[in-house]
Parts: sequence; structure tokens; C-alpha cells
Amino acid sequence: MIPPFRELRLDRLSRDFGQLAALKDVSLTVRRGEFVALLGPSGCGKSTTLNCIAGLLPATGGAIWLDDRRIDTLRPEQRGFGMVFQNYALFPHMDVRRNVGFGLMMRRTAKAEAARRVSDAIALVRLQGQEHKLPGQLSGGQQQRVAIARAIVVEPALVLMDEPLSNLDAKLRLEMRAEIRRIHGQLGATTIYVTHDQEEALALADRIVVMQDGAIRQVGTPAELYANPADRQTAQFMGFRNAIAGHVDSVQGNQVEVTSNGARLAGRSPLLPPPQGESRGEGTPASSNLELGAPCHLLTRPDDLVLHDEAPDALQATTLTTEFRGDAHTGFARMDDGTELVFTAPHAVPPGTRIHLAPNPARSLVYPQ
Amino acid sequence: MTTLASPLPSRERPGEGGRHSADLAARRAPRDLTPLLVAPAALFLLATFAYPFLYGLVLALTPKEGGFLGNYARFFADPFLYDTILTTLRLAIPVTLLNLVLAVPIALRVRRMRRQRILTAILVVPVTLGTVLVAEGLLAYLGPQGWFNRTLMLLGVISTPIRLVHNYWGVFLSLVITGFPFTFLLTLSYLSGIDPALERAAATLGAGPARRFRHILLPLILPGLAVTFCLSFVQAFAVFPSAVLLGAPAGPTRVISIAAYQAAFEQYDDSMASAIAILMGAVELAVVAAILGARSLVYRGPAGGGKG
Repeated sequence: MIPPFRELRLDRLSRDFGQLAALKDVSLTVRRGEFVALLGPSGCGKSTTLNCIAGLLPATGGAIWLDDRRIDTLRPEQRGFGMVFQNYALFPHMDVRRNVGFGLMMRRTAKAEAARRVSDAIALVRLQGQEHKLPGQLSGGQQQRVAIARAIVVEPALVLMDEPLSNLDAKLRLEMRAEIRRIHGQLGATTIYVTHDQEEALALADRIVVMQDGAIRQVGTPAELYANPADRQTAQFMGFRNAIAGHVDSVQGNQVEVTSNGARLAGRSPLLPPPQGESRGEGTPASSNLELGAPCHLLTRPDDLVLHDEAPDALQATTLTTEFRGDAHTGFARMDDGTELVFTAPHAVPPGTRIHLAPNPARSLVYPQ
Repeated sequence: MTTLASPLPSRERPGEGGRHSADLAARRAPRDLTPLLVAPAALFLLATFAYPFLYGLVLALTPKEGGFLGNYARFFADPFLYDTILTTLRLAIPVTLLNLVLAVPIALRVRRMRRQRILTAILVVPVTLGTVLVAEGLLAYLGPQGWFNRTLMLLGVISTPIRLVHNYWGVFLSLVITGFPFTFLLTLSYLSGIDPALERAAATLGAGPARRFRHILLPLILPGLAVTFCLSFVQAFAVFPSAVLLGAPAGPTRVISIAAYQAAFEQYDDSMASAIAILMGAVELAVVAAILGARSLVYRGPAGGGKG
């Protein structure tokens, strides 16, 4: 239906719900064959973006282009994109074969060819033998496979997935994640995948688009995003759950020392260029707001905030609870200034214990206030 | 829980486990009076439904003249009587079908409306008015001097009033008006039960509005429409006030309830009236059974799109 394309382009796309702007001037280019994840907390506009691309929600501003063809004026049935829904949205009165074949029937594909392609799609998602069951007779994971097969059997220009794994239990989620990765590798279909789970996005995507409050905050490969989140919110979303307020003590290249609650901490600023060869000496580039004495935040992941002896580079806190997670304990503590911290401990710590926690300087990030 | 959990511990501690279950048996089995709770309702049904029904059944089999089935023989020997079945079916079936055909598109539209409640309330008003009031109103409105005819004549569409009362169409229209809200509400509730994501999924797969309706919505509401048909049909089949007030009760709208009424209150033949009432029930039952039989051939499961 839609010939091979080079790229899908969102051009200053916006969507209002009454007074509320759910999407504000979102521009993004998705190249053919790419797996792009839209990542963000609920209400950040990621599902709205997907529904606008699918045509299920009209945009109130901007345009969507498939190469030189403007498609945001087309109805969903004219766009020919495959979509996988959060609750699968399988047709309950049709068996697996008819569900998978629905798109081909709508395209009036010849019977023999349709039958062959349906069988191929069912084999691809490994549902042979379940072909004549109704969706109600399948498990959640199997239903999800049907939904994927139904979306890809029409060989769509674009596959849109709206939190497809959020209704599955943890074990099945990992399994289906690998399946989605495998199917994408096998077909190379351009995919836009919406999720609020950063692990899922890191595991699946070629490129991650971090969204918040209806706008794009950062676009990058999983490695880029994981190493250099552009701002504090993105960093927190990428798993840097602890944000410790302090003041800039010294800046050395992109290495920043921070004083916080009497402790001397250190971290790296992703906003400053790394030292190239020789040291560039002291001083702060004008572009960052990390001037000496300026308020800032030091961010760490729970795995990089560990129990420590009393020392000048350790923070004091009082434990709230600890949870066993298998290899270690995840602890929750509160500092005297009220900041809550999530840390890792090799053993359980009774609530109310005074502890010292040290962030790993090599894996901490510093952002201006 | 107890029965599920008992096998394991009882193997380890047989004495205790045994005593435990014995206790349970002694406490529960002999004095369980819970089923008695159904007694008041059962008595009520017995007194108000089962007894009158059986009384009518027996009454119908003890005619004034002739044997056991004398009433039925008389009914099917007299075209003036047996024609009433056809007359009633000729009214009830088209009315019910028309109401369904009207209710589906309107419900489809109303389902998407924000102020659904206001419209629903307006549509439901005819139910609260009752058939007699609606019939009286229509008599004036559709009569030769009514607004309807006068407006049409004023606009020059017709030169003489169209006859819309005291004939088939009067009864037909009044049944549509009083029956529609009921049909509509049932249809709306069936449509609302369909997961909106199904239509969205169908749209992304290339189905336009007409094919979404044909392949997704219609198959999913069909069982509900069958039930709606049955309930609406039974209501229309029992038509009485509007057939008398708006129709031609001596001829084209001599429905079966009129025949029963005349037997009971004009000929004082309670036995014959009972027999007619039972035939009325039998016809309704036959139609309902046919529809529900056909319903069992289509998909009747939940109309959701998967895990919620």
C-alpha cells in the first residue's frame, strides 16, 4: 500500500485537549528500519504521539511526513501502519487465523497468498497449533503474539507498539521483550515503541526519545542516554534515582566536586566537554551553569550508593526500610535535610539506624540546579 | 481454603487433622439452614405467578362446552379468532425490527457523545409516560385536524389529510414511539460493552467505518440484538391500549389481546379468555425460542479485546 520509504518525519506536531497541551511542537525523524522507543512517565505525551502517527487522534498542529507525502490528513485505515495495543485489542469473535488475517482481508489480498502470509506470521510468533483458538482461550503472552502477528502480517511501513508488555507478568515480559527484538531483527520493520520502562527501552531500541510534559527532552542511543543524560529529569528517568542537593566546590575539566550536607562528593558533568589530552586548567566554560558555589544536584543510581564507613566523602542518613532483592538489599533512607535516598546494602539494615552512604564518584552525575 | 490446605498437614499430624475435619462436619452438615432463605421469594412467586398460571391453564382446559381442548378447537375453527395471531404478528414483528434498525445507528452515534445522559433522558421520556398517554397524544397529533396533517397541507405536500389514526399505522407508530426507548437503551448498553480499542485496531488494519461495523461491531452485538429483539417483541405482541385507541379494533388491528378481552368481559367466558392468553404466551415463546436458537449459532463471548 505504501511504498518503501526513507524516513518518517514529525514536524512540530502538537495536540491540545481543551486547555491542556498534551504535545508541544514535537519534531522527530525516524529512519527506515530503525527501532525507536518513546520513553517517559505517564502523561508525558508518548502515547499521544503514537496515536497521532497512527491517525487515531487528530493532531491540532504541525504535520507528519512520510518522505514527501503528508500523511497526518489521512484516516487511520489509509495509512497502513500496524499497531499493537496495550490490551492487545484482539477481535474476540475471531480465531487466531482470522485475527491475523484481518488486515489482509481488508486489503483484499488474494486468498492463497493471504493464507500463506498468515501461516508465515503465525510461525514467526511461534503460535503454530493455536491457529483455531479464540483469543479468550489463549494466555496473555499468546494473545500478545497474536497482536504482533496481526500488525506485521500486512508488512506495514511502520509498526507502532503502545506499551505492549505492560499487561504481562515480569517473567513473560522479559521473554516477550526478547521475542520483539528477535522479530524486529528478522523483519527489520521500522518500529516506534512506547514505554515507561527505561530497561525495556534500553534493551530494545536503536534510539530512545525521552519525553516529558509533552515535549522531547533528549534523543540518543541507549548508550548515549545511559552515560550522558541531558538534564536532571532525564537522568532520574534513566535510573539515577538519587538527587542530592549541594554546591559546586571545584570544576576540573568535566569533573565536579560538590559539597552537600558537610560531605565532599565528586561526579562528572555531562554538560561539560571531557578533558582532551592535557588538562585545560581551572575555570568554568560559560555554557554550563556550574560556577563555583552555584547550587547543583549530584545524581547516582541506587547500585552506586553503598554503605560506607564514616568519612568526609560519605553522607549521613537514617534508614527507613530495606527490601531483599536476591543478590543484595535495596535500602531506603532519609538525610537530615529530608532528601530520600535509595541505596544498596549487602545485608538488611534495621529501620532507624544511622548510616553513612558514599556515592561512586566515577558513576555520579552533576547537574546545575 | 481449609479443605485445600488439610491434606498436607494431616499427613504429618493425622490426629489433629482428623479431629479438625470431624469438628467441621459436626458443626456444618446437619444444621445448615441457609437454603431456607430462598423461601419467602419462592412463596411469593408461587402465590403471584405459579398459582395464577396453573389456575389459568386448568381453566382453559375446562371450557363451557366441548371437551378438554374445546376452547382451542373453537379458536382455530374461527378465522375471526385465529386471524388475531397473524394480525398481532404483522404489527409486532415489523415494529420490533424497525425499532432495532433505528436503535443501532442512533446508539452508535450517542455512544460517542459527551452529553450522552441528556439525550438518553430525552429518549427515555416516552417510557415514563405510559402507552395510554402517548396514544391520546398521537390521536390528536396525527388526526385529520392534527398538527401533522395541517402542517403538511399548509406546506402543500398533501391536499387532503392522510389517515394515520384508527388504522394499522396509528398502532404501528404508537408502538414504535413507546417501544423505541426500551430497544435503544438495551442496544446502547450492548454497544457500550464493546472495547473501543477493537474499532481502533480494525481501523489501523485498514477497515473503514462500514467494514468496522460489519466485521467487528455487528458480530459482537448480534447476540445482544437477539435478546433485545425478544424483549421488545414480547412487549409489542401484548399491545392493547393503542390497538383500541389508535387502531381499528374491529378489523385491521384486532390483536390477540382484544380477542382475550372480549372473551372475558363481553362474553363472560373466562375459560376461553384463558385459552387465548395461553396461546398468546405460546406464540411469544415460539418466536423467542426461534430467535434464541439462532443466537446460539453465533459468537456469544465477552466483547473485550483481551486482558484489561
